[in-house]
Amino acid sequence: MNSNHLFYAALGLAGACAMGAGMVTAGGPGLAFGFCAYLTLGGAAICIWERSIVRSAFSLMGTFVGVAGLFVLLGSDFLAMAQILIYVGGILALLLFGVMLTPPDNNERSLARVGATTVMIGAGVAFVVAQISGGVAGWVMADQLPEPNSQARAIGLAFLDPKQYVVAFELAAYLLTVALVAAVYIARRRRADFEPEPETPGGQS
Amino acid sequence: MDHPLTSLDWNLLLAVPAIPLAAFVVQIFFGRHLPRKGDWLPTAGMFVVMCITVRMLFVALGAAGHEPFFHESVHEGGPVFGWFYQAAEKADGLNLVAGVLYDGLGAAMLAVVGVVSFFVHLFSMGYMKGDRRYHIFFANISLFTFAMLGLVLSDNLLFLFIFWELMGLMSYLLIGHFSHDPDSPRIKQAAAACKKAFLTTRVGDTCLLFGMAMFYYHFQTFQFSEMWRLAAEEVARNGGEYPTWMTVAGLFVFGGTVGKSAQFPLHIWLPDAMEGPTPVSAMIHAATMVAAGVFLLGRTFPLLSPEVLQVVTVVGSVTALFAATIGCTINDIKGVLAYSTISQLGFMVAAIGTAGGAVGTVGIGLVAGLFHMVTHAFFKACLFLSAGSVIHGCHHEQDMRKMGGLRKKMPLTFTAMLICTLAIAGTPLFSGFYSKDKIIASAWEVVLGHGGWTGPFALVCLALAAMLTTFYMFRLIFMTFFGEPRDQHIHDHAHESPAPMVISLLALASLGLFGGKMWAMDGDVLGKHTWFESLTWHVDHETGETEQFLYPGIDLTQMNIASAAEARAHDPEHTAHIGHDAHTRALIVSLGVLLLGVIGAVLFYLLRKIDPARVTARLGRVYTTIANKYYIDEIVDGSVIRGTMVLSRTQTWIDENIVDGLVLLMGRIHKAFGFVCAWIDKNIVDGLVNLVAGVTQVCGSVVRMLQTGRIQQYVSFAVAGGILLAALHILS
Amino acid sequence: MALGAYIGVSAALFALGLICIISRRNILYVLFGVEMILNAASINFAAFNRFNGGGLEGRVFVVFIIILAAAESAIALAIVLNVYHLMKTVKPSEADFLRE
Repeated sequence: MNSNHLFYAALGLAGACAMGAGMVTAGGPGLAFGFCAYLTLGGAAICIWERSIVRSAFSLMGTFVGVAGLFVLLGSDFLAMAQILIYVGGILALLLFGVMLTPPDNNERSLARVGATTVMIGAGVAFVVAQISGGVAGWVMADQLPEPNSQARAIGLAFLDPKQYVVAFELAAYLLTVALVAAVYIARRRRADFEPEPETPGGQS
Repeated sequence: MDHPLTSLDWNLLLAVPAIPLAAFVVQIFFGRHLPRKGDWLPTAGMFVVMCITVRMLFVALGAAGHEPFFHESVHEGGPVFGWFYQAAEKADGLNLVAGVLYDGLGAAMLAVVGVVSFFVHLFSMGYMKGDRRYHIFFANISLFTFAMLGLVLSDNLLFLFIFWELMGLMSYLLIGHFSHDPDSPRIKQAAAACKKAFLTTRVGDTCLLFGMAMFYYHFQTFQFSEMWRLAAEEVARNGGEYPTWMTVAGLFVFGGTVGKSAQFPLHIWLPDAMEGPTPVSAMIHAATMVAAGVFLLGRTFPLLSPEVLQVVTVVGSVTALFAATIGCTINDIKGVLAYSTISQLGFMVAAIGTAGGAVGTVGIGLVAGLFHMVTHAFFKACLFLSAGSVIHGCHHEQDMRKMGGLRKKMPLTFTAMLICTLAIAGTPLFSGFYSKDKIIASAWEVVLGHGGWTGPFALVCLALAAMLTTFYMFRLIFMTFFGEPRDQHIHDHAHESPAPMVISLLALASLGLFGGKMWAMDGDVLGKHTWFESLTWHVDHETGETEQFLYPGIDLTQMNIASAAEARAHDPEHTAHIGHDAHTRALIVSLGVLLLGVIGAVLFYLLRKIDPARVTARLGRVYTTIANKYYIDEIVDGSVIRGTMVLSRTQTWIDENIVDGLVLLMGRIHKAFGFVCAWIDKNIVDGLVNLVAGVTQVCGSVVRMLQTGRIQQYVSFAVAGGILLAALHILS
Repeated sequence: MALGAYIGVSAALFALGLICIISRRNILYVLFGVEMILNAASINFAAFNRFNGGGLEGRVFVVFIIILAAAESAIALAIVLNVYHLMKTVKPSEADFLRE
């Protein structure tokens, strides 16, 4: 029974509690919410915990899919699709490239460090959330709201409407182009990299 | 105003100074690399300016009638330039708003400057050919023109002064044009001449600045129209008399004119200014620099008290006569013209002075003086350019004694010069007649109105000066163009000048002929009413009553022409005739002196009935005095310059012996004090400093532990800070 | 579910992202953490949008966040590779040239 076992046991327990609590309070939708929230937070927790960076990266997939599920529950199926496509299909692949292109020997993890950080930040965020939760409590339940509609078409039109977001949309397009070019520029290998290094008398490099 | 200027008109007026300025900027930076060294650029620009100014002149002439033609951009939505501008309601602040003033006088002057400058530019293309600093010359002359155009258009005294100073600088650069050319034989004289011109006019400029400061102190404005109105109020409050401070300030302002318009005794810079290239002389002596002084008098006339006007009369008359006598003795062709300019400026200034005493036709002197400024610009520019053409044709020989018989060699130059000589002499039909006749008439009116001793004095001086003008101008013509060639070598090589020069000459000569009045159109040869007068005043032909348009809303007869109102009230019968009488007598006098002058010149220099050498010998010391220009330069040299030198030497001695001794003593005391200070510094202050430094070091080494350079640590601090802030915000 | 539940999940994800950034010793974990934080913000926007009448603004903003995240990760990855190339390490604790 090492710390790894303990962690995964606690994680499984937390998942059961989350789904159970959701079902008790709100039935079917509650169960779905509990599952998605568990997927999201659990993925993040494994990402932090796991020694292997490859596993960390893959556990992030859980987080992204969980967030997509939350979007579905919030009635934004377009966002869910975008989330899956871009995060899981694009960004995650990009991060895996990063994992592959850097040396694998930097995966040590200090339990004390993780624990201390978790306590500090968890306490801070919990405190802030507790203080502002009073303002949120008055909002109605999601199932009391009118049935959500997809509005994917409306979002598309809004992006191309000169009175709404077309400028921002175009700017985002430019941003992506510039980012792509800049990424290529920064990561490119210079000519000097291909030439053998001149040998110095001291042998240092 | 019934017909305010359109925005197109205002924009055109704004373009007038802007074009030469732009030409200057391009020329000074890129002129060297442009084809033909860029001479076409300022010239073409000036052609556009000439077209605009003439078009605007016709706008003004079309509007002239019973209403004054007077437009200020400040009040009519034209171009306005706010400078140190504060809210309009804040009256106590420094509020300088500059705009464009376009009235009858400005219209006439602007057109004159535009036309003459264009032809001078054109002339320079031929005359300056091959000059080492050709492009710089065109840059400078364009900026010079810009300054004059700006001066004419500015609606306030401050901007007028700025352009005035700019013109002083440009005259310095242009007169000294050859002083940068190591090949020029007269490099030292050019350098000395430009320095002299600059320093001498500086005396006048300083006076003007004092005058401006006094007027601003009392009126809190530089706006001309405001100043006139406030001056009228001030005079009315003072019971019709000018307060003393206005007399003093007026004298200071007139001092500016004395410097700029080369009046006695600050005229000495002008003859030396002949060291500049001839087109520059034409610019300075005709359209721009010296005219600025007279123009200033025209703009500030209501501010000048009758006492100031008497001074103006006397100074002008003295200058006119005195310069004319010198003109008869000079042998340098440009020198004659230089003294002739001084003399003619004296006419203008004296005329404006006599305006204060003229009783029959109110303001006749003012209009006559300003009108003479206009006609003089035409014929004097032409005379200078003709002289330049002669000099150019004779391979830079300027001594008239070596010329002669050039009539056949340079027929076009001769024609132009003859026309303009007739004009300056005041021959009927020629432009100079219409203005000069009026000046003499103005002096007669003062005499007939019993306006004190200045009237007769001015009349005698001006009549004599007019006679001498005719004499020396015909002397110049006869010595240069008639008779036998005195120097065969020069005569053989003389040639007519190239086309741009001759075109300019003939164009300006035709203006010298028709610039006063287009008599050929209406046949009214001796007519009293010329185009310039229709711009500046209105004469009711039924009653003979006149009304000036120069200063709308200002009744000059309640101010410095009060003598006219008094005389009219005292003896209306007599006064009514004075105007008419004065005109008749002036006509007789001017024709008489013209004839006398011509006869004299013919006897002396054409027929050689009288040998000038004998007359010279008979006159003895008088002649030598005149020929040495009344020793004014020597007097100035002996008094002002030597005095300054002696003063500065004395000051140097005081400086070296007394002041330096004191300084050394103070130095020793300080040194001793310094030793004490150094000890305290080393032992006490340094100890404290070291203590502070040590404490800081300790603190720093503690704080440095936090400064690890690790991003994650920084993020932790940031998060902690954020939570802390949130907590503070929420809990408070 | 009530708004509070979504906000709670969002806050927790945010906290986990911060922990990830601070506690791990590989610069790629910083990237992971940043993605988590951005996702937390997305959840907030979507939730408030839903509970505030279901308009378009929040959703559009989420789209922009996703775009931003894509650009950010591309650039960040390039920077990581460059840092590795330059300093032969991907440990943020060793890449401490900010100290100078």
